[in-house]
Amino acid sequence: MNLKLKALKKSLWVYHLSGGSCNNCDIEILDCLTPRFDIERFGMVLVGSPRHADALLCTGIVNKKCVERIKEVYHQTAKPCVVVAIGACACSGGIFRDGYQMGGPLNQIIPVDIYIPGCPPKPEAMIAGIVKLLEKLK
Amino acid sequence: MKNKKKKVVVPIGPYHPLLEEPEFFALYCEGEKVVDVEWQAGYNHRAIEKLSEGKHWDQVTFLVERICGICSTSHPFAYCNAVEDLLGISIPDKAKYIRCVIGEMERIHSHLLWVGLAGHFLGYNTIFMWAWKYRESILEMFEIITGNRNHYAMFKIGGVRRNIEDEDIPTLRKVLTNLAGKLKMLTNAVLDDPVLGVRLKGVGVLTEEHIKDFGAIGPVARASGVSVDVRKDDPYSAYPFLDWKVIKTQNGDVFDKAVVRLLECMESVQIIEQALNFIEGNDGEILNEVREIPPGEGIGHHEAPRGECFHYVKSDGANSPVRHKIRAPSSNNIPTFKASCIGQMISDVAIILAAVDPCYCCTERVAVYDIEKKNKKRYDFSDLVELSRKRTEELRREV
Amino acid sequence: MKLLKTLKATLKNYIKDVKVHNERRIYITIDSKFLKECVNILFRQLNGRYIIISGVDNFDSFELIYHFGFDLFGAIVSLRVFLERNNPEVVSLVDTIPGVFYIEREIWELLGINFVGHPNLKHFLLRDDWPKEDYPLRKNSNNITGDK
Repeated sequence: MNLKLKALKKSLWVYHLSGGSCNNCDIEILDCLTPRFDIERFGMVLVGSPRHADALLCTGIVNKKCVERIKEVYHQTAKPCVVVAIGACACSGGIFRDGYQMGGPLNQIIPVDIYIPGCPPKPEAMIAGIVKLLEKLK
Repeated sequence: MKNKKKKVVVPIGPYHPLLEEPEFFALYCEGEKVVDVEWQAGYNHRAIEKLSEGKHWDQVTFLVERICGICSTSHPFAYCNAVEDLLGISIPDKAKYIRCVIGEMERIHSHLLWVGLAGHFLGYNTIFMWAWKYRESILEMFEIITGNRNHYAMFKIGGVRRNIEDEDIPTLRKVLTNLAGKLKMLTNAVLDDPVLGVRLKGVGVLTEEHIKDFGAIGPVARASGVSVDVRKDDPYSAYPFLDWKVIKTQNGDVFDKAVVRLLECMESVQIIEQALNFIEGNDGEILNEVREIPPGEGIGHHEAPRGECFHYVKSDGANSPVRHKIRAPSSNNIPTFKASCIGQMISDVAIILAAVDPCYCCTERVAVYDIEKKNKKRYDFSDLVELSRKRTEELRREV
Repeated sequence: MKLLKTLKATLKNYIKDVKVHNERRIYITIDSKFLKECVNILFRQLNGRYIIISGVDNFDSFELIYHFGFDLFGAIVSLRVFLERNNPEVVSLVDTIPGVFYIEREIWELLGINFVGHPNLKHFLLRDDWPKEDYPLRKNSNNITGDK
């Protein structure tokens, strides 16, 4: 297994990206930072630039205005990276699927590695999902 | 060779992890002072009003919950008020008190969330961690009562869907007593901190005239001395039967907005405690079943944490609304930046924009146009937050 | 009802129709020609609080409802104007109420109603390259998804 993937397993640097969400999944992601769940003890850090990220956490239906942005962020992210679709909206469009602003669920725009459903998924569910992903990368 | 043409690129760039929703603000400035601000929204527009026309009346309650994650109960509350206004019905007493409890618990969690964010923008990371830690206890209670930390699905036209069980009430009371102590500590910390006073007083002032011109509501208006609160003006649910007061201050600056929110949390704790006294041991009905909606129109509003949440529904007797107009409080509050940011320093913009507690929150990409030098710098919100923190540090050294 | 009396006395001949749903929900229909005068009366003279503008597509006409709050009475007074379907336009109220700046843009892009005198009627919520003449909130918009 190459060095990068090895590093991925040790401490995952994540970048959060919203494609038009109700904000709930985003807040639950931030909740992971807070003392109750504290993902920093696993070495997971929220970074400010996609270039430093190992994982993209995407929430929200991909709003038509956001499609180009999301594609660009994905291109900017250093590969290899994993893409995590968080929440029912990112997985399938959720309750907004039939609207005129729906740019397509996330996997129509960029390739997705793991889906964490829920509205919103609890922080425990998100951590469990990431752990499953890391197991899969082995 | 200089590249004279600077394009505003769409990319994300350094991005602050606390920014949830994508928004676009363009700041025009001369040197350090802001002269104009432009707002381009739509990155969050999900066609909800149109989707509402294709859903059954009861399904719409679930749809509008997902307009916003932070104030997710406010929209069903206002929507149910609107349909009940159309029908001209009232709901069972116990349902009224349950609705109040959920609404007020949401107010506490939303204001604590804001306090955390504001602390972070100013460089007080401890406040962020504390505020969100105390918030967790409220979210836990939500999970025990409703089954979910957010998106509680408690509301239904005609009442509420679920009861608050007697066995959960003592735990809720304990959480509230604990929280009241922590809130008092937070409030005193904010009021007593000399640097915060210098940093926030006189910043981003909105006068009564600004409030009127933009139709601003909620803590933004109450901090400027305009006493508008739907719970007192057009009482609904159990609010007229409970003893509480509207929090209002005079100066309209960011400091006052923070104080209003913190004091409101304390008021909410009292409201919930009174409502629980009514609910405990009460075996009453919680739902007036509604079978069909006749033609007509209805208007309902609710005092959400950010202000008045307003819904207008029109029916032609069918299973779905013909028209459902939704006005979140931030639609009227966010444009006040036109008044509050102009003439202020760039280093204060982050906290002024956040003081409105926008539900389409902070911007991810902010373009700063320097009119004098006629060039366009690309600042991100994280840069504005850095400027904001530097300013706090400067003041800390002076004080 | 004190509020209703005051409204009838100040709006006088402008009123085409009044619907009192209950003492806190009053709907007044006026002619779109007199919109500015009536709004001035409600907003400035009677000191009503501007809430929002709702746009409705009635198949054979358009309807704009201007909602004002009268908090002393706990009432909401809604001013209704009807516009013709083929060329819906009405005067912009940006000079009277600065807060309508964005909602008028939103109603223009979603329903296609022209606000005469608005300084910046361009896309606000939708993409800038959204197809022209495609107004998603109109009833005859087959275009649920906005795709072309």
